[in-house]
Amino acid sequence: MRISTARRISQAFFLVIFLWFCVVSSLGEKWWQLRGWPVNWIIQLDPLTGLGTLLSTRALYGGLLWGLSTVVLTVFLGRFFCGWICPLGSLQHAAGFLGQRKRSAAERQHLNRYRKAQVVKYWVLIFFLTMAAADVMVLIIDLPQKESGIFWAAAAIGLVVMALLALRRVVSTPFQKIALFTATIVLWAGLSHIVQSDSLFVASLQTGLLDPISLGYRSITVFLLPFLDAVFFDFSGAERLYEGSWSVGVMFFSMLFLCFYYPRFYCRFLCPLGAMFGILSRHAIWRVGRHGASCRQCRNCESWCEGACEPAASIRISECVLCMNCMECRDGLIGYRIFPSQNGEILLPDITRRQLVVSILSGILSVPMIRLNGSLTSNWKPDCIRPPGALFEKAFLLRCIKCGQCMRICPTNVIQPALVHAGIEKLWTPVLNFRIGTSGCQLNCIACGNLCPTAAIRPISLDEKLGRNVFSEKGPVRIGLAFVDRGRCLPWAMDRPCIVCQENCPVSPKAIFTRETFVLPRDHGTLKIETAHLDALELPEDLEEPDRFSSGDYYCRIQGQPEFPARPILKVTGKIMTLSPMVKWEKMPAKGSRIYIQIRLQQPFVDPTRCTGCGICEHECPVKGQRAIRVTADNESRHADHVVVL
Amino acid sequence: MTQDSDDVAILRRHFLKRTAKAVLCAAAASGVGIWFHDISGPQPFMNRRNGARFPGFSIPGVERKMSIVRGNDASSRTDLLLLALKILGGMEAFIKKGDRVLLKVNAAFASPPVLSATTHPELVYEVSRLCFKAGAASVIVADNPINDPKSCFLLTGIAEAARRAGAGISIPERDSFKPVTVPGAGLIRRWPVLWKPMKGITKLVGMAPVKDHHRSGASMTMKNWYGLLGGRRSLLHQDIHCAIKELAMMVTPTLIILDGMTTMMTNGPTGGSLSDLKKTNTMVVGTDQVAVDAFGASLLNKKPVQLPFIEMAAAAGAGTLDYRSLNPVEVRTG
Repeated sequence: MRISTARRISQAFFLVIFLWFCVVSSLGEKWWQLRGWPVNWIIQLDPLTGLGTLLSTRALYGGLLWGLSTVVLTVFLGRFFCGWICPLGSLQHAAGFLGQRKRSAAERQHLNRYRKAQVVKYWVLIFFLTMAAADVMVLIIDLPQKESGIFWAAAAIGLVVMALLALRRVVSTPFQKIALFTATIVLWAGLSHIVQSDSLFVASLQTGLLDPISLGYRSITVFLLPFLDAVFFDFSGAERLYEGSWSVGVMFFSMLFLCFYYPRFYCRFLCPLGAMFGILSRHAIWRVGRHGASCRQCRNCESWCEGACEPAASIRISECVLCMNCMECRDGLIGYRIFPSQNGEILLPDITRRQLVVSILSGILSVPMIRLNGSLTSNWKPDCIRPPGALFEKAFLLRCIKCGQCMRICPTNVIQPALVHAGIEKLWTPVLNFRIGTSGCQLNCIACGNLCPTAAIRPISLDEKLGRNVFSEKGPVRIGLAFVDRGRCLPWAMDRPCIVCQENCPVSPKAIFTRETFVLPRDHGTLKIETAHLDALELPEDLEEPDRFSSGDYYCRIQGQPEFPARPILKVTGKIMTLSPMVKWEKMPAKGSRIYIQIRLQQPFVDPTRCTGCGICEHECPVKGQRAIRVTADNESRHADHVVVL
Repeated sequence: MTQDSDDVAILRRHFLKRTAKAVLCAAAASGVGIWFHDISGPQPFMNRRNGARFPGFSIPGVERKMSIVRGNDASSRTDLLLLALKILGGMEAFIKKGDRVLLKVNAAFASPPVLSATTHPELVYEVSRLCFKAGAASVIVADNPINDPKSCFLLTGIAEAARRAGAGISIPERDSFKPVTVPGAGLIRRWPVLWKPMKGITKLVGMAPVKDHHRSGASMTMKNWYGLLGGRRSLLHQDIHCAIKELAMMVTPTLIILDGMTTMMTNGPTGGSLSDLKKTNTMVVGTDQVAVDAFGASLLNKKPVQLPFIEMAAAAGAGTLDYRSLNPVEVRTG
């Protein structure tokens, strides 16, 4: 079997299981729905997610340890992940093939030359990693203040060592080096006094925006599957909707369509994961290269080269994705060997120091810059309702990779991608929209946190969610608080009975309770009685709207006799108003007395000591436009300073 | 032949070097990965630590002291204060040489002194001056205002008065607070309390005007400690009387001064109109905040029973409900 055939089989395999993992992450009874598959495996294999979270949280969570196997294999083999495993790489490879098929070899070879712009992905990588590591950097900058003893002792020892080395003439230009060392120490100590380390959390994890695995999962989950479902197959039963799905779709299609014109555009120019592998490949034991007789420079090897690494020239190891297409060499010169290419090889990317410094500085400065709008302090967004188990916002933004897994698994489809109005940092992170989907956040569901690959949403237990047993003092997890809009609510503002919200409130005792009120219907005054029987009244004329008053919500009172109870009206037919025998009047009103009709309204109130913000009330409210009961993130448990109840 | 074997030797050396570097990289990565591996992930936050304890400033042996001075519309605030203090032995009875004094004023609103919503600057000046005269090493005027802090200290005239007397002003900042737990309290647990100006303080004097308060009924010396709180203190309005009681449990001042020269009778605590005010020309000084407030209620034409926090504070042991049992010295002056 040729090695490129093995590569194709591997690509197909991983693409298929990737798509399968996306499809299978949904709740249901069908054969293609949740059955215990390791659906996060491809994310876990992605070491950029592992490294990003390691830098931002100083921990490598759970299954992300798999990324280590990818790193170790890359160190020995090169960018095998890009060429053999990455599903996004495979999709681009396929799109690229379709686009290039009709082109001549010369055209293809031209497109596969190395372009200087391929260094951009390294800027992207360094930018994101610095952004994630910013907290660690602040800790390091603060070292002279926090551990001043150790710092100054180390500085003193360093200076002494350098002085000794200078005296012994062991190093060249010793005084310059000592000056540099001293300057660094002074600058570091100075910075530690200026930088406020108490305002930690200047880091943010944004690798998910351009990491191909997050992008891939997000594109399939938030865009492709719901799109196919809505337009073609209808395999979900109920429609799955996602806000901003178009933005994810545009990104996905742009990436693919660009490949029709330029093979593996995204891989070559934008992919930070590829950049990371490029750097890790520096010491690869096996590498692609020309061995044997001299090369004709026919460039046939570059006609299908995926990485644009130029095997016919000095092969750029950091760009080679091990597609092995170059082994089509007519003279059989190209091989994957432990010896470097006889055409020469370039090990590291073309990044200059200036570019490095700009990327690093941008990474450090961007987050505090974005957060100046107060979105994480007093100007927090009340419509940003996070799933139950989500960490407090600053910690959440250190972990969320915007993969969309929680959005896929949520059985009720309430978890939605946040859009730019929530802030650029929160783009495509999960927020709850109770208007969409089948139900609001189900009381006994803990799916999202138990699927989240980075624990941005913690894997809480049912006990913790409901506030039972060891969590009973803490109480249930609250994601928000419902507020009745009395101007829109039917029984409050429109004289119409309802209380669907109260009925559906899932907690026990309910967080929505009602108070009864009786009001005179519009355009109705008192009515004169002709005759009064024990359980019926006869009126001089036919009553207007007989069906309305027979609905069971209307009551009858005697004018001037407030101590006489309101009697439920059972039925109105013609001139006869039948009253309920369950409520009696001591004395029936005489002929000519006046009665009036009242509608009984139960008006809903929210008990903030019980409401968990699950949003089922908002979902069920019959005022479907702007709902008459709405949840905002007030009183959410994850933020002690958003509490409303003392 | 030799050249070939040389080439092979060089290649082998390069290969071995590369292999060694690769193995080192892989080992380093593995080491870091395994060291930082966290299988359980972030845990739910269960805060079991207690906050700090607010220090006490009452002078042992100098307790149950109270003086009430009533003047008329022509009386000056300074004169009545001097008389009220003289009755209790002068400021020297409370402030000793070298003391570092904190004056807890009411600077809650950016309101001019004539509207009587805040501690009067004349009082701030006079008390600061008397503290220095008694030998205080430093006097700090502090509060955590509701409105913008700098505007409040400026517009109330308190900053200027302090400056003239040589006292310092403490403007609260983000890092000025520390979590405090009051023993036996249910609300003030790990609650942020103004801590920075408290550093090194040896005596605490509370100075409050007599005001109506729409939520609690009255704002006098006990309610004045609300200005020591930070955080989401507006939440405490949901259980205001218990909150005021716990404030009285938290703070044991050296001395309190209740300024009843002009009482805000209605629309408290901000007032906003001269028609809300009434000249009651009374100055009360004492060591027992419950007793002083119990008397102060009369200036608002209210009885202590109408102000639940007074009885609750007395029941919690923060002071004496029946102020008359303290044998306050009452003086009427022309």
